[in-house]
Amino acid sequence: MKLTGAQALIKSLEMEQVEVMFGLPGGAILPVYDPLIDSSIRHILVRHEQGAGHMASGYAHATGRPGVAMVTSGPAATNIVTPLCDAYMDSIPIVVITGQVAYSVIGTDAFQEADTVGITMPVTKHNWLISDAQDIPRVVREAFHVATTGRPGPVLIDLPKDVANAPMEWYWPEKVDMPGYKPNVKGHPRQIKDAAKLINEARQPVIYAGGGIMLANASNELRALAELTGIPAVTTLMGRGALPDEHPLCLGMPGMHGNFTAVTAMQKADLLITLGARFDDRVTGKVSEFAKDAKVIHVDIDPAELGKVRFADVPIVGDLRTVIEEMIKALKSERSKQDPPDLAPWLATIHDWQERYPLKYRQEEGGPLKPQFVIESLRDNTPDDCILVAGVGQHQMWASQLWKFKLPNTWVNSGGLGTMGYAVPAAVGAKVGRPDRMVWAIDGDGCFQMTAQELVTAASERIPVKIAILNNAYLGMVRQWQELFYEERYSEVYLSPDLPDYVKWAEAMGCVGMRVDTADDVVATIEKANEIDDRPVVIDFRTDWREKVYPMVAAGSSNDDIILGPEFGEGGR
Amino acid sequence: MTLGPSPHHILTVTVENKPGVLSRVAGLFSRRAFNIVSLAVSPTDDERFSRMTIVVDAESAPLEQVVKQLNKLIPVIKITEVSPAEGVERELMLVIVKAAAETRGQVTELTAIFEAKIVDVGYDAMTIMVVGEPEKLDAFSDLVKPFGIVELQRTGRIALPKLARESTRLRSVKTARA
Ligand SMILES: Cc1ncc(C[n+]2csc(CCOP(=O)(O)OP(=O)(O)O)c2C)c(N)n1
Ligand SMILES: [Mg+2]
Repeated sequence: MKLTGAQALIKSLEMEQVEVMFGLPGGAILPVYDPLIDSSIRHILVRHEQGAGHMASGYAHATGRPGVAMVTSGPAATNIVTPLCDAYMDSIPIVVITGQVAYSVIGTDAFQEADTVGITMPVTKHNWLISDAQDIPRVVREAFHVATTGRPGPVLIDLPKDVANAPMEWYWPEKVDMPGYKPNVKGHPRQIKDAAKLINEARQPVIYAGGGIMLANASNELRALAELTGIPAVTTLMGRGALPDEHPLCLGMPGMHGNFTAVTAMQKADLLITLGARFDDRVTGKVSEFAKDAKVIHVDIDPAELGKVRFADVPIVGDLRTVIEEMIKALKSERSKQDPPDLAPWLATIHDWQERYPLKYRQEEGGPLKPQFVIESLRDNTPDDCILVAGVGQHQMWASQLWKFKLPNTWVNSGGLGTMGYAVPAAVGAKVGRPDRMVWAIDGDGCFQMTAQELVTAASERIPVKIAILNNAYLGMVRQWQELFYEERYSEVYLSPDLPDYVKWAEAMGCVGMRVDTADDVVATIEKANEIDDRPVVIDFRTDWREKVYPMVAAGSSNDDIILGPEFGEGGR
Repeated sequence: MTLGPSPHHILTVTVENKPGVLSRVAGLFSRRAFNIVSLAVSPTDDERFSRMTIVVDAESAPLEQVVKQLNKLIPVIKITEVSPAEGVERELMLVIVKAAAETRGQVTELTAIFEAKIVDVGYDAMTIMVVGEPEKLDAFSDLVKPFGIVELQRTGRIALPKLARESTRLRSVKTARA
């Protein structure tokens, strides 16, 4: 069967079971947009290419399947660099297709020519420039394989216009043949046995669970491991929901804005069972002061993570689900030979911390609306399987701290890159992937202004996402740092509460817009928003701009120097 | 530049012979703040592959991280570490040295001592080719410097493990990859 390159591309995407893609056409990608008309693939027309990339990522977060975005060459390709980098940092599988000027004129500075493969090399797991239409099915097959296996990540296919127009003979490769790419999924049995031994001897162990648990679909195994051993687990910013927050062994989020117990349990641990986490500096604080007495078991599918930041006493390369299963078996046999130490004293210490140092804030009767109160009200008035999306800033930290995640893959946020503007498009992508779920985004006023136009996309495509803007009139997180570390010298952080008018803006974009100024109106307005299912909703919550995120470990400080905040009086430091 | 005693690692890396592979490797080094001391690329007897000999500044990064990150590049097929003590390293240098009538004899003599070769001769200069261990090349260029070096080029070293007599420590470090 003879096809054009463009037809082969669309057909290859269909072969990969792609149901939806996010994109925006232009000159170099025109040939591919034509056969798209006759395809079963739904295309969602974005208003900015950054939106397409984050939508693909939100889709992947919520479904576990790769998200697909397609844009044209030059400025469109550069517009999607941020989402690629974002997905690279968080290991999210997305496939981006970019148009390129004709292969015959590459290198001549042709109209809308950009070296897309060169520009995106450092922010993709791999990328391809196609020079021959005959290669298209093979490359698409390889691209999806690379994006979704091993440590997942973004990939990019750059397709020159003349290649898209060239004829090819259709085929579909039965298997991929990539001699330089063979992810190792099965952990080494000896290492697993060593790990089981360490676990069975530890007196103060902590499971350090990261986003890898979600990527490996291993939350059931994680739970089984915790329950078998009685070992408590922290869930990182990317790992929130890996173990339900209401599980008695879940300690919540560690790190710079983690709760006291999660941070301190890691600091005092004698063993860190690290599962799909990467010792990010926002978790460790000053590395040389981090969990000094702990031995480390580190399981990751990416061998380069092992020993990158922290030496691993037992490094294990492999797929988390398989490795944890094997670890449980090894542990059972270990425990049949030798009883593990009693963890009761350790758990008692932990419970004591939990009681003495909970997350604290005060919503005063008639006082300014506290952002934490809004988040708790949302949490308590949404279904258990609600997908929560966040922007980047104070609102993100409060959301992660206070939400009670009940299921994996219900938390979508930008962890590694910290990309402001992530929430709106990522929420749209998540809702497209999971139309059966309620999707709420908690966004900052600063973040919202970066990508709000994708609500036009959502309104026109009838994608009913719900956005809660915690409008503190500031780039709040930056303001917090200036207050604490720059002697309250505020530099370029004020935004204004009513410029823009978020309600009017929402309405202009085809959404329902509402405003809440007082605590009394919060729940009723959330309930009203929950009723709306035919268009997006935006609520402008006017929150107290003075509020700061606590606890906090100052950048570069030891986690021992955690600051609890003013609610704890003088001892809060 | 002295390549002599500074601590270094030598990696011979077999890569797919495809466009852009060199920039993937070079980009990885700069992105991860690993320093390359020298880099030589050559075809192999199998046209699908090329071989890179990369000398890495041992102080800029732990070898293990370099190898693991390199391994993640999809066109990288195989990485072998050649320990400097247990490898055969060679490099080639072409140097144009001023050699007017009165100094020509001394330059020629040095060339002979180093078992180097005069490959081109002009009225007042000569082009000399030196092959050997990097330290030997350093020594030669130091010694001819007083005569005046017009231009100098070095290939960067290539290396192979010493052949097994008792034990060879050719360490294949292609580990699991992601
Ligand atoms: C694209 C981008 N630019 C700048 C930053 C730095 N930054 C981090 S948080 C933040 C403030 C965010 O303000 P807002 O969205 O209002 O959230 P808030 O902290 O007030 O809750 C800024 C500017 C960033 N993370 N991303
Ligand atoms: Mg704000």
